[in-house]
Amino acid sequence: MNFKQYPLIGLVSVAILLASPVLFPSWILFILTKALFMFIAVQGVAVFLRGGMLTFGHALFYATGAYTVGFSAKWFGFREILVLIPLGATVGLIMAALVGFIMARYRGVFFAMLNLAFSMIMYAVLLKFYWVTGGTDGIGAGVATVFGIQFPGSSFRFYYLTLVIAGLVAFGLYRFLDSPLGYFLKALADNEIRIEYSGESTFRVIYVTYILSGVLGGISGVLAAFTIGHIVPEDAFWMQSGEFVFIALLGGFESVFGPFMGAIAFELIQTYASKYFPLAWQMTLGGIMLLIILFQPLGLWGLYEAVTHRFGGRRGASHH
Amino acid sequence: MEIRLLTIIIVDGLNYAATLFLISVGLTLVYGVLRILNISHGGIYAFGAYLATWLTIKMLGVGLNPYLSYLMLLAGAVIIGLIAGPAIELLLLRRIYGRDMHIQLLLTYSVLLILDDMMKLIWGMQPLIVSEPYTLLGQFSIAQILYSWYQILLIGISVVFGGLLIWLVRGTRFGKLVVAVINDREVSLAMGINVNLIYTVAFTLGALAAALGGAFIAPTIAVVPGFAVEVVVLSFAVIAIGGMGSLEGAALGALIISLARASTIHLFPELELVVVYLIMVVVLAFRPQGLFGEVELRRI
Repeated sequence: MNFKQYPLIGLVSVAILLASPVLFPSWILFILTKALFMFIAVQGVAVFLRGGMLTFGHALFYATGAYTVGFSAKWFGFREILVLIPLGATVGLIMAALVGFIMARYRGVFFAMLNLAFSMIMYAVLLKFYWVTGGTDGIGAGVATVFGIQFPGSSFRFYYLTLVIAGLVAFGLYRFLDSPLGYFLKALADNEIRIEYSGESTFRVIYVTYILSGVLGGISGVLAAFTIGHIVPEDAFWMQSGEFVFIALLGGFESVFGPFMGAIAFELIQTYASKYFPLAWQMTLGGIMLLIILFQPLGLWGLYEAVTHRFGGRRGASHH
Repeated sequence: MEIRLLTIIIVDGLNYAATLFLISVGLTLVYGVLRILNISHGGIYAFGAYLATWLTIKMLGVGLNPYLSYLMLLAGAVIIGLIAGPAIELLLLRRIYGRDMHIQLLLTYSVLLILDDMMKLIWGMQPLIVSEPYTLLGQFSIAQILYSWYQILLIGISVVFGGLLIWLVRGTRFGKLVVAVINDREVSLAMGINVNLIYTVAFTLGALAAALGGAFIAPTIAVVPGFAVEVVVLSFAVIAIGGMGSLEGAALGALIISLARASTIHLFPELELVVVYLIMVVVLAFRPQGLFGEVELRRI
C-alpha cells in the first residue's frame, strides 16, 4: 500500500509521470491529465468499496465541482484555479455534509440506490433550470489561470498542476486509510457491531468518509472542467458515476494506486473504443466489468500483486 | 371544483400506480427470492418495450387486424422474458451467489450497460412509437377530462398480474417451496428441494414481469434509448417504500408514490421532480425496512 512495500512500481511510475511531457506526445499527456483527475474522483468511490459499500451517485460531487467553475467563469469571469480548487472542494464538502447526513444511515443496496437517486435529481435540476445552468448546452469553462498566467487544459503546465494535486490527494488518502478511522472503515465490510463495541460510531465513520469523498469529487470536478473546457449536465449523469465505479473495479480498490492504474487503462480504452466501436461504449464497459467480477475481482492492482508475489517472492499487501 | 380536482388526482394516481406496479413487481420478486437487487431489471423492461413495439409496428405494416397488436405486445414480452431471464440467471448470477453485495450489484449493473447498448445497436437512436393499441380502445370522460380505455386495461393487467403472483406464492406448491428456500436455503437443499431450479424460475418470472411491464406501457410512451435507468431508480423507490421482497408492499408503494405524485403535479407542480425521492427518504427514515418489510437480524 505504500512506497516502502512497493519501491519499484512506485518509483518507476513517479519518474515516468514527472518526465511525461518529454517522453510522450501531447495527446498522451492529455490522456494522463484526464486519468489524474479521474483518479481523484474515483478515490471517493474506492474508499467506500473498501468498506464494502457501493455508490452509484458519486458524479453528484464531480458535477458540483465542475459547475462551481462554470458559474464562477460565467458570472464573474474568474478562473484562478488555485482559488477554485479549494472553493470546489468546499462546495463539495457542503453538499456531502448535507446529503451524507441522510446517507450515513444506509447500507448495501439502499446506499447504492439512494446515491443514484440524488445524483439523478441533480442531473434533472441541471437540465431543467436551463436559464441558470445553460441546460444541455452547458457552460464553457474557458482557460484556467494561475496569478493571471494562462494554464490551458492540454498544456504541460496544467498537467504538472494536476499531477501535484493528485500526488497530494494520494498522500492524504494514504494517511487517512492508515488512521484509526481508515481501519474502522475497512472493518465496516466485516462487522459493524464490533466497531460499535470498540467504542467508535459507525455513523461517524461513514459520515466523515462521505464528506471526504465529496471533497475529492469537488476537486476532481474543478480540474475536469478546465481540462475538458466544457461543463454539461452529463457530468452528474448516472453513466459518469458508473465510469467511476468501473475505474475503481478495473484498477482494484484495495490500494491507493489501484484506481490510478484503472484510470489510465480507462482513458486508453475510451480512446480506442470511441475510435473502433463508437456505438458500443457502455457495452465495452459492461463486458470488461463482467470479466473482472468473474475472473479478477481485485482488478489490475491485484494482478500486479499476484505477478510480483509469484516471481519476486515478495509478500503481497499486508491487508489479509 | 374541489371534488373535480380530487377526482382528477385519484384517476391520474391510479393510472400511474398501475404503471409503477408493473415496473416494480418483478424487481421485488427477484429480491425476495434471490436477495439480489437486479439492476438489469430496467434493461429487460426496456428490451420488452422495444421488441413489443417493433413487433406491433411490423404487424401493422403487413396490414393485419389491428386488434392483433395486443397479442404482439404479449409475444414481445414473453420472448424477452423467457430468453433474458434464464440466460442471465444461469450464465451469470449463478456464479456469484454468496459473494459480497457490491459484487452482485456490479454484475447486474454490467448487464444493464450491455443491454442498454444492445438496444441502441439493434433499433438505433430514433424513438419507436406505436399508438394503435392505445387509440384503438377509444376514450371516455370523467369530470370533463378525457381518459383512454387503454389505461383502464393497464390497471386491469396490473391487478390480474399482481393477483396471479400473490396466488402463486401463497396458494401453490411452488410458492411453498419458494418460501422454504427464502427462509433457509441449506435446510431446503437438505429436504430435497431443487434450489437452483427455484432460483432460475423465480428470476425468469421477474424478467417476464419486467418485459411485460415494458411491453404494455410502451404504447403510452415513446420508446427511446436510455430510459432503462430511470425505470430502475423509480422501481427501486417503489419497493423500498413497500418493503424489499414484498409483493403487497410493491402494490402499496406504487399507490403511495403515484397518488403523491398526482397531487403534487396538480397542487405544487414545481415539486414533481423530487416528490418520489422525498417520500422514499421520509418512509425509510421512520421504517428503514419499508412498510411491509421484515427487520433483518444483525450478525454479531
